[in-house]
Amino acid sequence: MVGWASALLALLLLAVVASLALGAREIALGQVWAALVDPVAGDNDHLVVRDLRVPRTLVGLVGGAALGVAGALMQGVTRNPIADPGLLGINSGASLAVLGAISLLGVTSVVGYLWFAFAGAALAAVVVYGAASLGLEGVTPVKLALVGAAVTATSTSVITVVLLADTQALDDYRFWQVGSLANRPLDVLTAVAPFVVVGLVLALAAGRVLDALALGDDVARGLGQDVVRGRLLVVLAVVLLCGSAVSMVGPIAFVGLAVPHLARAVVGLDHRRIVAVSALLGPVLLLGADVAGRLVVRPGELEAGLVVALVGAPVLLLVVRRSQAVAA
Amino acid sequence: MSAGTLEHSAADRREVAAAGLRGARRRRRTRRTGVLAVLVALALSLSGAALVIGDFPLSPGQVLGALLGADDPSARFVVVELRAPRLLLGALVGVAFGLAGALFQSVLRNPLASPDIIGISQGASAGAVAALLLGGLSGAAVSLSALAGGAFVGLLLYAVAWRGGMTGHRFVLSGIGVAYVCAAVVGYLLTRSEVDQAQVALRWMAGGLAQAEWGLVQVLALALALLVPLVALVARRLDLLLLGDDQAGSLGLRPEVVRAGVVALGVALACAATAAAGPVAFVAFVAAPVARRLLSDGGLALAESALVGVVLVVGADLVAQHLLPGDLSVPAGVVTGAVGGPYLIWLMATGRTAAR
Repeated sequence: MVGWASALLALLLLAVVASLALGAREIALGQVWAALVDPVAGDNDHLVVRDLRVPRTLVGLVGGAALGVAGALMQGVTRNPIADPGLLGINSGASLAVLGAISLLGVTSVVGYLWFAFAGAALAAVVVYGAASLGLEGVTPVKLALVGAAVTATSTSVITVVLLADTQALDDYRFWQVGSLANRPLDVLTAVAPFVVVGLVLALAAGRVLDALALGDDVARGLGQDVVRGRLLVVLAVVLLCGSAVSMVGPIAFVGLAVPHLARAVVGLDHRRIVAVSALLGPVLLLGADVAGRLVVRPGELEAGLVVALVGAPVLLLVVRRSQAVAA
Repeated sequence: MSAGTLEHSAADRREVAAAGLRGARRRRRTRRTGVLAVLVALALSLSGAALVIGDFPLSPGQVLGALLGADDPSARFVVVELRAPRLLLGALVGVAFGLAGALFQSVLRNPLASPDIIGISQGASAGAVAALLLGGLSGAAVSLSALAGGAFVGLLLYAVAWRGGMTGHRFVLSGIGVAYVCAAVVGYLLTRSEVDQAQVALRWMAGGLAQAEWGLVQVLALALALLVPLVALVARRLDLLLLGDDQAGSLGLRPEVVRAGVVALGVALACAATAAAGPVAFVAFVAAPVARRLLSDGGLALAESALVGVVLVVGADLVAQHLLPGDLSVPAGVVTGAVGGPYLIWLMATGRTAAR
C-alpha cells in the first residue's frame, strides 16, 4: 500500500509538472520554478505559467479528484460496476441546466454556467434518489441505476429538441459539452472548492458504509449499519463532487467510470482505499489527458474531455481484460 | 390408525400443493395472454392511427380502400408510398430494438446493459456522423457507415472480452469504455464542423423514421426475417442460462458459447435497426423492463419486449409528427426518450417489486 501510494504521488507530481511546463509554448523547468516563486513582471513565460497553466492545473487536480471519487462512490452505492456520473443522470441534469442558461438567458461564459451546472446536477440527483426511494421497497441499487438512466434519456431528449431548434445555442453548447480544462478562471475554482472538500471528507467517512452495503442491504443492517442514512450520505457526497466537477470542466464522465476500476485493480475491495486512490488517480488521468491534448495538434489543442476517453479507454480495456472477475 | 391419518394428511398436502401450483400456473398463463392481447391491440390501434392521421385528410374507409387497391391515386400515394412504409419501418425498428435490449439485459445480467449504453449505438453514431461530416455523404451511404461502426464495436468487444469464454461484466464494462471513445469521436466531429452540419448530424443521432421508403423497409425486413427465427431458437437456451452457469452446464449447455451467440444476435439486431433509423433513444433500454414489469413472472418476455418496442416507436412517431404544439416536428427518437424516461421512473416509483 505504501509503495503504491508513493508511486501514485510520484505520478501525480509528474502530471502536475508536465501540465505546468508543456503546451503550445514549451517552458523550461527552471523558468516554471522561477515563475512560481519569483515572478518577473513582463516575462511572457512567467505570465503563461501564472495566468494560464497554474489555474488550468489546479482545475485539473480538483476536478479529477472530484470525478474519480464520485465514480467510486456511485459504483459502490449502486453495486453496479458501470455506474458513473454520465449514467446516473447527474451530468445530463447539469447539461440541461447549462443549455437552459445558454438558450433562454443568453449566458455564454464558464463562470456564468457554474451555478446552473451545479443546480442542474443537484436537481437531477434529488429526482433520481427521490423517485428511486418511492415504492414499497425503497431505494435499491437496480432502481437507482434504472431511474438514473431514465433521467438521462429524458433530459437528452429535451436537450436535442432545443439544439435542433436553436442553432446559436448549439454553437455554444457543443463546446461546453465536450469538457475542457482551458480558460477556467481561478474564480471558478475558489467557488466550488469548499463543496469539493466537504464531498471528499464525506466520501472518506462513507468507506465503511460502502463496504457494508457491498454485502447487500440485509447483511449491512445485520452489521449495525443504518443503510438508509448511509446511502443518503453517499448520494450527498456524489452531488457535491459531481456538481463541482461538472460546473468546472463540463460533463466529462469517463474519469468517473475508469478511475475506480483502476483503483480496485491496485488496492482491492476496501472502499476507503478505493476512494483515496481514486482521488489521486483521477487528477493523473485528467491532467495527463489535458497535456496530451495540448501536444498532439500543436499549436492547436484537443479538449481534455475528448482525449481522456481516447487515452483512458485502452487502459480500462486492458485492466478489464486482465482481471479474472470484475468486482460488482 | 395414526399411521393412516398421517398417510392421509400427506396425500392431502400433496393434493393441496398440486392444486396451488396449478392455480399459479393458470394465473400466470392468463396474465401472459392478457398482456400479449393488450399489447397487440395497442400496436394495432396505433398502426391504424398512423395510417389515418396526417396532413392529407383521409377517412378510415379511404385508407382501407387504398390498401386494398381502390382506384383513388392520391389516397393510394399517401397511404401506400408515404404512410405505410413509415409505419412498417417503425414497427420493424421497434421489434429489433426491443429484442436487442431484452437479449442484452438478460444475458449480461445487468439492467443497464442495452445496446444504447454499451457502445453499439455510439459506434453506429460515430460511423454515421463521420460519413455525414467528413465524407459529406447522405442516404444509404450513411446507413452503411453506421452499420460498419456498430459492427466494428461489436467485434472489438468480442476481441477484448473473450478470454477462453465470455463473462458478462467484462463485456459490459468494455462496452461502456468503447462507448465513451465513440462519444469523444462524435464530440470532436461536432465541434470541428459548421454548426448547421452539426445540426444535421444531431438530427440523425436522435433517430427517426422520416427517411422511410419501401427499399429500406425491405432490407430491414429481410434482416429481421433472418435474425428473429434465430432469436426464437436461442430463447430456450437463454432461459436455462438464467438459472446460473453451473446449472446450465449440468444441463449440457456451454454457457460461454450460448452467451456469445445471444450477444451476437443482439449486436446484429441493434446494428440493423440503427442503420435504418438511427439510434432511436431508449427503446432498447426500456422495452424489456416494461415488458417484465407488466408480466411480473420473472420470465424472459422476448415477444412482449418486441411488442413494447413496436408500441413505443410507432406511438412516438405519431406524437412527434402530429401531436406537438405549433409546427414543431421532431425526430421520433426525441419522443421515445422524453416519454419512455418518465414512464420508467413512474414504474419504478409505484411498483412493488424491482424490474429484473
